[in-house]
Amino acid sequence: MNSAPLLDVDRVSKVFTRGGLLSRERIRAVDDLSFRLEAGRPEIFSIIGESGSGKSTLAKMILHIEKPSDGRLSFRGTDVSHIHGRSARLAFMAQVQPIFQNPFEAFNPLKPLDHYLFMTARRFNGAPDEAAALRMADSALLQVGLSLAEVRGRYPHELSGGQLQRVAVARALIPRPKLIVADEPVSMVDASLRMAIVNLFKTLRDDFGITIVYITHDLATADYISDRLIIMQRGRVVEAGDARTVLADPQHPYSRSLKGAVLLPDALAPAATPAATPT
Amino acid sequence: MSDVVLSVQGLKAYYMTRHFGVQREVRAVDGIDFEVRRNEIYGLAGESSSGKTTLIKTIAAAWKPPLQIVAGTVRFSFAPDILRCKPDELARLRWKHLAIIVQGSMSVLNPVRRIRESFVDFAFRHLGVARAAFDQRVAAHLARVRLDPGIVDAYPHELSGGMRQRVTIALATICRPEFVIADEPTTALDVLVQKDVLDMMREVQREIGSSMLLVTHDLGVHAHVADRMGIMYAGRLVEEAPTAELFRAPRHPYTAHLVASLPRIGDRTARKPLEGTPPNLAAPPAGCRFHPRCPLAMDRCRTEVPPMQVVAPQHRVACFAVRT
Repeated sequence: MNSAPLLDVDRVSKVFTRGGLLSRERIRAVDDLSFRLEAGRPEIFSIIGESGSGKSTLAKMILHIEKPSDGRLSFRGTDVSHIHGRSARLAFMAQVQPIFQNPFEAFNPLKPLDHYLFMTARRFNGAPDEAAALRMADSALLQVGLSLAEVRGRYPHELSGGQLQRVAVARALIPRPKLIVADEPVSMVDASLRMAIVNLFKTLRDDFGITIVYITHDLATADYISDRLIIMQRGRVVEAGDARTVLADPQHPYSRSLKGAVLLPDALAPAATPAATPT
Repeated sequence: MSDVVLSVQGLKAYYMTRHFGVQREVRAVDGIDFEVRRNEIYGLAGESSSGKTTLIKTIAAAWKPPLQIVAGTVRFSFAPDILRCKPDELARLRWKHLAIIVQGSMSVLNPVRRIRESFVDFAFRHLGVARAAFDQRVAAHLARVRLDPGIVDAYPHELSGGMRQRVTIALATICRPEFVIADEPTTALDVLVQKDVLDMMREVQREIGSSMLLVTHDLGVHAHVADRMGIMYAGRLVEEAPTAELFRAPRHPYTAHLVASLPRIGDRTARKPLEGTPPNLAAPPAGCRFHPRCPLAMDRCRTEVPPMQVVAPQHRVACFAVRT
């Protein structure tokens, strides 16, 4: 089974139906999508698109939260839709971990943060006792630049968004996953902390050999970290390939307009001149 | 100078709470001075919990307990001391002279009233024209923000996010106010729509000749529309300069970090993250509030608050390490 790709998305579609018997409307959230992530070659794979382009639906299908309406999604050679029962599900979840957009919503505000880390350690790693779970949590936190001493007994509201998002990454690392699906992980994080998270993804790829599916609408950070990317519009892939090549010279009109909409100081010399000219 | 539309001086606004006899004070705005001139867009940037929203609430005279004004003045060209205005005076000023565009357009537009009725609610009494003339003004103004005048019969939920945000911009500008405050006006919008809305906002602002205070954490937005910019950190202004100069030659270490860490397409040089986290405003560090994270911190920074000093024309910085 070593030759099987890490993740093989083969002509996957997802259709949602809305309305009753008389006024049924079918929405193709993801439409005939294929890509492949090779095993043994960790990379950061970006999925770019605006809201409504189907990127979060795709993430949910990879995480086995939604079932595809059509097509096949296989993880290391096994069809994800054939995963049934608690033990198979846990084994799958241990290898594919999510990181969500808003760290303040991802954690229960009424429970201390270390609780999640311990639960993850016990559930996925079969930590036999408290001490083992503690060790696993601590080593995962060290990998993201925090420590158990800083986090222990603290509640989500006591930490900043950036710290909380790093705890979320640490939690995802505990089961030693092969694949992390990060859905807009930095859009809620402050500018001075954003780069810390983004750099952390690079470390995960280079030092821990984890493949990351990075979902975003921000072309600039995608260009900074990703190896390959796809650009989605209304459920379909409009452009795919090597990140540098695609972003340096996008071919599809939609990718071009996305690049044109990036607001950057350098590209905006005319707008940045003082407004002394009355019209 | 008669050219100044808004002048804020020594403004301090704290959240004061008392629980079980324990007094707590959050110094969200702690000594801010700046001016906004006629016909300019002043961009105010800062991270979450840097006091941006508190500052806006204070300037718009919309604060309520536990927020209290501790010191300072807010002077508009049309209202010499807005912090001491009575409620009925404020009601006359709002929308006619001072308007606000907020982030969540859905929470401004009444969901059970058509767009036409929202315009009547907000603007009819200020314009003082007959109803037929008013409807014409609304139609003309909607065309200005590139919306079909036919949408006046729609309910808010029938419009897309970008269209709704255009409606709120139209609402805020129909009375041709001298001053418009825009609080994160495009944060909730998609990237493609964001640029259109910003361009349109700038166009309308130039056309009616009002001044605008644009508040957002997104430096790209500022780069696109602001004429001058102020950077806030932990309740204080740390740097102020014309937008192009601020991006080209930032002087404060915090601003320099923000500008350097902006990702740009085609540039993959590694960005260094800033150590530490923004301070807790209930117990801010003494001296310069940036010193625990600052690479240039000296002994002096730990005890003294650096004043804003002019380093170039229109360029002010609050940092001891910057030489004038």
